[in-house]
Amino acid sequence: MVKRRKKFSSVIVLAVLLLFVLTSAMVPKHFNNQAHKEENGVPDSPHKPFNPKEMILDHVMDSYEWHLFTYKDFHCSIPLPVILYSKDKGFLIFLSSKFNHGHRSYKGFKISPEGKYQGKIVEEMPDGTVVRPLDLSLTKVAVAFIFCAALMLWLFISISHAYTSRKNKAPHGLQNLMEPLILFVRDEIAKSSIGDKYERYVPYLLTLFFFIFINNLLGLIPIPPGGANVMGNIAIPMVMSLFTFALVLASSTKYYWIDIFNTPGVPWWLKFPIPLLPIIEFSSLFIKHIVLVIRLFANILAGHTVSLGFFALIFIFGESSILAGYGMSVISIAFTVFLSLLEILVALIQAYVFTLLSALYFGLALEEKHQ
Amino acid sequence: MLMLPLMILLQAASNAVALMGAGIGSGLAAIGAGIGIGLIGGNAMEAISRQPEAMSDIRSNMLISAALIEGVAFFAIVICLMILFQ
Repeated sequence: MVKRRKKFSSVIVLAVLLLFVLTSAMVPKHFNNQAHKEENGVPDSPHKPFNPKEMILDHVMDSYEWHLFTYKDFHCSIPLPVILYSKDKGFLIFLSSKFNHGHRSYKGFKISPEGKYQGKIVEEMPDGTVVRPLDLSLTKVAVAFIFCAALMLWLFISISHAYTSRKNKAPHGLQNLMEPLILFVRDEIAKSSIGDKYERYVPYLLTLFFFIFINNLLGLIPIPPGGANVMGNIAIPMVMSLFTFALVLASSTKYYWIDIFNTPGVPWWLKFPIPLLPIIEFSSLFIKHIVLVIRLFANILAGHTVSLGFFALIFIFGESSILAGYGMSVISIAFTVFLSLLEILVALIQAYVFTLLSALYFGLALEEKHQ
Repeated sequence: MLMLPLMILLQAASNAVALMGAGIGSGLAAIGAGIGIGLIGGNAMEAISRQPEAMSDIRSNMLISAALIEGVAFFAIVICLMILFQ
């Protein structure tokens, strides 16, 4: 039984590593310049002025390929799989290299250059309308958080294996590293906020805490598969907050709903002709969870944007004179190092605050009858 | 009569006014966050000076409150960003 668990976790590590190595090795990297020349017949403009807004948005938004670096005119990026389901063409799976960085269309699909669906894949119907198919692609953010999930699986399966195989002995290695954090989440966050029934919620709270924390930390490392702005995409905090909301609704008792709609100890004229307090309480139920999303999303997005802004300063100064660019780079890098240290703290604090507030909402939902 | 050129100008400049509003809004958000977190920090310093052995407790509570208040400031920043990139 012990040997099988260890083999399972190393199988996961091997599978994830193979996925990344094969993706980058099997697929040819891209030469943007040549493709441009083939299509337009006009040579590329020699020097495009630096657009900081475009650079920041490129790095912070999701994309269908993983851009590694650009050397003069040579773009090196890893194309990611595009999985689409459209009503007339059915299921389609292909690599995003077919779009050639958004310059070509493939089988009626193309990346929309501007408008409502800018940067996303749209389908051109025969009558000219543009419609968005069901898009299940493995974009950059999806690959990044799948990697984080695999990392977490390996981490926690090996820790639990260590606990079973090394019973009643002092913790050692990885188990020793993670034990304070895990006990912190269980005691300070879960037990103190939820009270008696805390054990049912500990797995969810632990997953939430480590998912947010490890994703934020990976977003600070510029080497792929780190360096993707996972929590800065509003979809992922929204899904986590929806899970918390669903758990709150599922574990709410009768007294919780009585406290919302018929708050005891409050004068009757706040409830009867115009139900002022019930409306406020009911809307606060939704607002609390929306604020949870915005807090995490905006914090991480702002951190990445400011960091990229400091790097953009180098290039803005470099436009006027190359020596000014070099000089600015020293200051920019000093600021960026300081900002990255602050971002590590913010990563931990945001994970802690999200988990703590989720635990508090569970604790509030599990109310018993007042004495 | 006098209002007509003003109204035309306002209509023509509505995009510029929106951008200016976004800028002023984010500045006000920064002021709000600065004052709020400054108050928290100041009170935390005073509490530590009154009771130095509770320093780590006070420090962790201060960081948590600062993160929660920053969340409110970020609300305003997100709205301003939505205006800018619309």
